[in-house]
Amino acid sequence: MSRLSDAVEAGRFVVTAELLSVDSGGLDAVHEKFAPYEGYVDAVNATDNTAAHAHASALAVAIALRRLGMEPVMQLVCRDRNRLALEADIAGAALHGIENLCCLTGDDVTAGDEPEARRVFDLDSIQLLALARGMGEGRYLSGRTIDPAPRLFLGAVENPGAPPYDHRVERALKKVRAGARFLQLQVCFERERLEAFMREAVAQGLASQAALIPSICLARTPAALCYMDERVPGISVPADLIERAERAADGEAECFEIACELADHARSLPGVAGLHLISFRREAGIARLCARLGIPPRAERETRGDSRPVAV
Amino acid sequence: MDPVVLVEAAVKKPVFGCRMCGQCVLHSTGMTCPMTCPKTLRNGPCGGVRPDGHCEVKPEMRCVWVKAVERAPRTPWAHELADLRPPVDNRLWGTSSWRNLLTGRDKRTPAGWRVPA
Repeated sequence: MSRLSDAVEAGRFVVTAELLSVDSGGLDAVHEKFAPYEGYVDAVNATDNTAAHAHASALAVAIALRRLGMEPVMQLVCRDRNRLALEADIAGAALHGIENLCCLTGDDVTAGDEPEARRVFDLDSIQLLALARGMGEGRYLSGRTIDPAPRLFLGAVENPGAPPYDHRVERALKKVRAGARFLQLQVCFERERLEAFMREAVAQGLASQAALIPSICLARTPAALCYMDERVPGISVPADLIERAERAADGEAECFEIACELADHARSLPGVAGLHLISFRREAGIARLCARLGIPPRAERETRGDSRPVAV
Repeated sequence: MDPVVLVEAAVKKPVFGCRMCGQCVLHSTGMTCPMTCPKTLRNGPCGGVRPDGHCEVKPEMRCVWVKAVERAPRTPWAHELADLRPPVDNRLWGTSSWRNLLTGRDKRTPAGWRVPA
């Protein structure tokens, strides 16, 4: 059983983080990216060509994380590989003891720096989840047996902040039907959207069937907030938040304050099972944010078994 | 060429932007074709839909799934919107979905696909 699945099943508050993409530099380069927050997280996401930019593969990075003693969540996007390649990566990952998978559609190739590439999307994220679940039950999509069956803990992403808003919980429920046990929710700067999603998620029973983990983005500068609003598909940053950061005497400090407030708000919502933390070139910020919110280090959460972090 | 394919294409291309995938699910998605989604998503919208409901990839186009969610409740097949649609059988491109519906060919899924719709 993966550490993440243990935490989810025990109802412990979960903290995951997104590893900055890796291009080179060996295992040291991987280690230095998560070292600053190592003690706080249950698992770290190895991303799969984020924003349609090529990087070291999620499988390779996930293996590196394991070798460095950190539990990976291997992301799989549908943009770059057909079903055969996805199955091969899942089987290969399981061979290395990687159990946590996060299945996503993926940004379009036009969001990246090689927009002339062919987009694949042979499967969608829900079909990918169902495929992975089948592999966990000991068979490829063709029906061919995998013996022993790989041990997998499946998750996905849902975006509370993108239209059609009223349909997002229904879509998330479909992901649960396909096999998802945890959902890392896309970064959502609009509190009322996240609130509405969580309210529906509790009402429709989604929150009791999957661990719902909102993402919090630690933007470093006000310009980064602007960039996200304008350039990252599916993310909107309210104008008053950008203005607040821009007007502050210390823009970087204000961005950190904003992240802390959003994190504190997200974890206060009924049905929230944890937080997924994303920092861009500010890895130390993740540990600072946890300390600030009174989220105990992982070892302490495990021994105390508390389901909620202590409030500040 | 199969005359049924020609007729189907002639009817469905101008009206629905049909791509002739040969496994039509149009009725279950509010009469909007999910294969016109740049990511060909058959199980719902991606996370990149713009705040105005338009497509991440083609800003001038309304998201297929925003339209589907809007329109499906007004069709007799509203309950089918939540169906979990299996992966596309890529051998069926360019064949007639009408014929595949009649023969049941469009319902055939890989042996390892055991997800109830």
